[in-house]
Amino acid sequence: MATATGALPRFLHRPTTYNGIWSWVVTVDHKRIGVLYGASALIFFLLGGVEALTIRTQLMRPGSTAVSPDVFSQLFTMHALTMIFLAIMPLGVAFFNLVVPLQIGARDVAFPRLNALSYWVFLFGGVLLNAGWVFGGAAGDGWFAYAPITTSTFSPGPGMNFYVLGLLTLGVSSVAGALNFVVTILNMRAPGMTLMRMPVFTWMALVTSFLLITAMPVITIALIELGFDRFLGTNFFNSAAGGDPILWQHLFWVFGHPEVYILILPAMGIVSEVLPTFSKKPLFGYPFVVFSGLFIGVMGWGVWSHHMFTVGLGAVANATFAITTMLIAVPTGVKIFNWLGTLWGGSLEFKTPMLFAVGFIALFIIGGLSGVSHASPPSDAQQQDTYYIVAHIHYVLFGGAIFGLFAGIYYWFPKFSGRMLNEGLGKLHFALMFFGMNVAFGPMHWLGLDGMPRRIYTYDTAMGWDFWNLVSSLGAYALGIGTLVFIWNTVATLRKPHDAPADPWDGRTLEWAIPSPPPIYNFREIPHVHARDDFWHQKYTEGADGRAVPVPRGGAHQPAAQYGQGHEDTHGIHIPGLSYFPFITALGLGTAGAGIALQQTASLAGVIVMAVGLLVLFFGAYGWAFEPAGPEE
Amino acid sequence: MVVHSLRIPWRLIILASLMLVTVLWSGCYPSNPQSTFDPAGRIAREQLTLFQIIFWTAAFVFVVVEGALIYAVFRFRKKAGQQPLPKQTHGNTPLEVTWTIIPALILVVIAVPTITTIFAQADAPEGEVVRVKAVAHQWWWEFNYPEVGVTTANELHIPINKPITLQLTSQDVIHSFWIPKLAGKTDMIPTRTNAMWFEAEEPGLFYGQCAEFCGTAHALMRFRVIAQSQAEFDAWVAAQQAPPAAPMAREFGLKGCTVCHTVNGPDAEGVQERRMDGFRQGQPQFPAPNLTHFATRDTLAAGLLERSDDNLRRWIQDPGEVKPGNRMGELAGAYHNANQSLSDADVAALVAYLQSLK
Amino acid sequence: MATASAPAAHPETTTGLDHRKLLMWAFLGSDCLFFGSLVATYLLYHGKSLTGPYPYEVFNIPYTSVSAFVLLMSSLTMVLALAAIQRGDMRGLKIWLLATALLGSVFLGGQYFEFTTFVEHGLTIKSNLFGSTFFTLTGFHGLHVTVGVIILLSFWVQALRSKIKPEQHLNIELAGLYWHFVDVVWIVIFTVVYLVEAPNIIT
Repeated sequence: MATATGALPRFLHRPTTYNGIWSWVVTVDHKRIGVLYGASALIFFLLGGVEALTIRTQLMRPGSTAVSPDVFSQLFTMHALTMIFLAIMPLGVAFFNLVVPLQIGARDVAFPRLNALSYWVFLFGGVLLNAGWVFGGAAGDGWFAYAPITTSTFSPGPGMNFYVLGLLTLGVSSVAGALNFVVTILNMRAPGMTLMRMPVFTWMALVTSFLLITAMPVITIALIELGFDRFLGTNFFNSAAGGDPILWQHLFWVFGHPEVYILILPAMGIVSEVLPTFSKKPLFGYPFVVFSGLFIGVMGWGVWSHHMFTVGLGAVANATFAITTMLIAVPTGVKIFNWLGTLWGGSLEFKTPMLFAVGFIALFIIGGLSGVSHASPPSDAQQQDTYYIVAHIHYVLFGGAIFGLFAGIYYWFPKFSGRMLNEGLGKLHFALMFFGMNVAFGPMHWLGLDGMPRRIYTYDTAMGWDFWNLVSSLGAYALGIGTLVFIWNTVATLRKPHDAPADPWDGRTLEWAIPSPPPIYNFREIPHVHARDDFWHQKYTEGADGRAVPVPRGGAHQPAAQYGQGHEDTHGIHIPGLSYFPFITALGLGTAGAGIALQQTASLAGVIVMAVGLLVLFFGAYGWAFEPAGPEE
Repeated sequence: MVVHSLRIPWRLIILASLMLVTVLWSGCYPSNPQSTFDPAGRIAREQLTLFQIIFWTAAFVFVVVEGALIYAVFRFRKKAGQQPLPKQTHGNTPLEVTWTIIPALILVVIAVPTITTIFAQADAPEGEVVRVKAVAHQWWWEFNYPEVGVTTANELHIPINKPITLQLTSQDVIHSFWIPKLAGKTDMIPTRTNAMWFEAEEPGLFYGQCAEFCGTAHALMRFRVIAQSQAEFDAWVAAQQAPPAAPMAREFGLKGCTVCHTVNGPDAEGVQERRMDGFRQGQPQFPAPNLTHFATRDTLAAGLLERSDDNLRRWIQDPGEVKPGNRMGELAGAYHNANQSLSDADVAALVAYLQSLK
Repeated sequence: MATASAPAAHPETTTGLDHRKLLMWAFLGSDCLFFGSLVATYLLYHGKSLTGPYPYEVFNIPYTSVSAFVLLMSSLTMVLALAAIQRGDMRGLKIWLLATALLGSVFLGGQYFEFTTFVEHGLTIKSNLFGSTFFTLTGFHGLHVTVGVIILLSFWVQALRSKIKPEQHLNIELAGLYWHFVDVVWIVIFTVVYLVEAPNIIT
């Protein structure tokens, strides 16, 4: 098949550049793609943060007129979509890309170009989702988008079109990425890396990938049905023709609840890596942590109707889902207890990653416990759609997912940038986040129980909600300042020369055995794994009293020698070739999506844009199909 | 001890925590209009009881687990110059079994009252009830009393100590019916009818608000429940059943108000559905409140404004200013057709007419 | 085409399946949920249309049975195509690939004819819940078949130009996996959509 490249235009000959901006467009290296995912996700995180601060500014005082009601609706909708689909999910995927191949001792993922495609489709999907801001209003019916308010009758503007096309595009990216990681993790582990020797983060990546593969098609169908209603005039959610609004809710939450675990499991995996490293102890109860993660993943499919306790599904359905929901608290508790067991008796060193990991546990406990109070339908009837729920999800997704992901950023930043982030600024960042988080979201529990509904752009001073709204907004600003500290730290660090050693934290897993930043081929020799936390066991052994004892340096067990890092010879290492086609294919897909989304507002322009997009898409796919997978000979 | 080396101001922390608890506690039984801590009927009270059971159970777990976490963080901190590495514990199966079973048992404590409450609240008690059919619209509430032939809007009159059984539905998008002091939410969904019931134990005014995001004016979609003695309620019903107190004002017809508002008795069967169908087909109409006995209500615009001449004038002159996005301002000919536009005299006449509809 | 690599030597750290085969299986698992959600929607709205045309007014069960039979036969020819390349019989490969693609095309032609007949009877995707769910479900299946036919024809062209070697039989095997999956989905759709209606039509 290699000869087929000759048929392509000259400028599309296989790229060979490893420098400059262009090299990032054509890269298929999992580490670079991970960096692209992470950087894009952080930029979207800032966008979602600005949206959040605007919301809090509007709600700081009663009767405020900082933004109009419709803009407010768009802000809370886009804040949720941005944080979920464009910040937390891709940050998780960024770590899958950066860390998983290194943790399993692989040179790349199974399908490097598919991996690049996932990233570019994600980026264009994110842009598409946000394009509504420019084309007459972003989506404004809530991220859950309960039909029938999303139909053309009640939302004639283009916002929901961008919602449908943006999320469909992001779904393609997620499924492609998840398929890749399932194959990578199941097929490409280094010799000796059995499933039960895999680092917990890799385990959680595997569970999350399975959830993505199975959950995404369900929301895809829901979005296709909604899109057909809007573009073709079908009746799926047209109540005048008998379309049932509850169909959307079932499809949405059958996806939506696994989605919650898609958001939190990577963070749990990160915490399960960080705690042992900074406690100088192995993870307590490894099999229990792994199986509770698996159990959560499976159980996540059986609890969706707890989002629908007020829908009127009946006493039996509500009782059933109340029980399954309470049941899922048990494996979550098991994880927390095992993390405590990991800390117990350790030698805890509070570097920034450890602070965020412990902060994660402290805050996730609160989020988990408040969750139990709306696992009970009669109690939930008062809490549903109030600020109490807003408090709960932020303790779980901010105190949980975001804190876990920040732990991961501080933990692995030296590995991939070759530079150590400033510890003092890191601790300041943590302090501002921990303080701001509790001040911003703690009072929302109270506001909700005091009867403040979600998604209201204004409230009367007579309702008695003024004080805690003010406090909450001030807490949100503290979070904003904390984020600025983080940006300052990151930017300043990236301007420094490389100063990170290969193993700055005295790590346990394979990624710490290779230089920081890792060479493009990761491992000179594919490592042979003999135990869980194999790298730790190269450095330490257990004494008679069960304490860890360092292995003498310079001996046969020296880690570098073990993983072949001493050799200079890199001849014969297979590196996947660079390619333009993932970018081109994704560009075509995104453009076609934009064209479809624009049909209702500017039909001719929309058709043209769609046609151009499809042409680019087919060109990209065609070129890809005839491009050999390996490097140019 | 670690504690000394850290010089943590324990007294200050304890004092501050106590103050915080006191503040929170004193706030726990407030008179705020939508507080769920001040139930005035059985449904809301049972829902609060369940929340309190869960809250105190969770508080216990919180103290134990966070306490263990804080203890571990301080107790096992790496000390300066510490040489030997910690003991490498890998796990402990009896411990794992324990901390799987104990949370499960704690959850049983919550699950049992949860299930009993779900089924206890599912159906209204036997005996005499007041039936109400509530229909949600963007962004107001229609209340029908089918047994007595009364249609009203945004103010739900009920007798005390008698179960009120509601049939809840919507004609446009999903809304949610919520009176925090009387009952938690039940969604109002087009194509479906949900049943719920509640009762009030004391006379009074209770605030309700839409709890499911329903569009631009979702924040302003409020209503009131007026719980009164049976005698007062009966008198109110009689007043609602009376014929219109005044003949329809000329302006009311000329300016197109009758397209959406009924002023000659309860809504005829299907009239709101026809208005909704018209809206779906792009005509400038939408289901709107029945105004036959408008002047017996305390508020206007879904509980937003007290009913007064000034407020009514403000509303009629520019509904979008009072309640952004509302359908009257968006659709009514009076605001979009030059030949139907309202002069000051028209507005004054409409205010006077509406205020006469006792 | 993606990386083709030999199964690793340490079976306990890999499934032993080729990466691409594992990818295909995982993708088909995902696709099950895709069609599952469409079928669930169809079943939920079954018999809920407020206006006609109703299924029993438009369905022609014998006709659709024939086209279902054609699609099922294409699974057989697909098996023969794979068997041919596995024993190095490139002529057999060309014949059976083309046969499979042609049978798939006949099915698609049948679907096109069926759709136009329905439209003539006044059933469009906009008509009612039945129209919306029917055309969406069977349309997405038809789209899958179309993709399959394109893949088969691409391999057929490659085989004609001798660009495909017997040792690349995995390519054909993957196309076959996909093709069989699409057939099995049709069995489900045919049962759910047409056979559930059959009693209405016979009486």
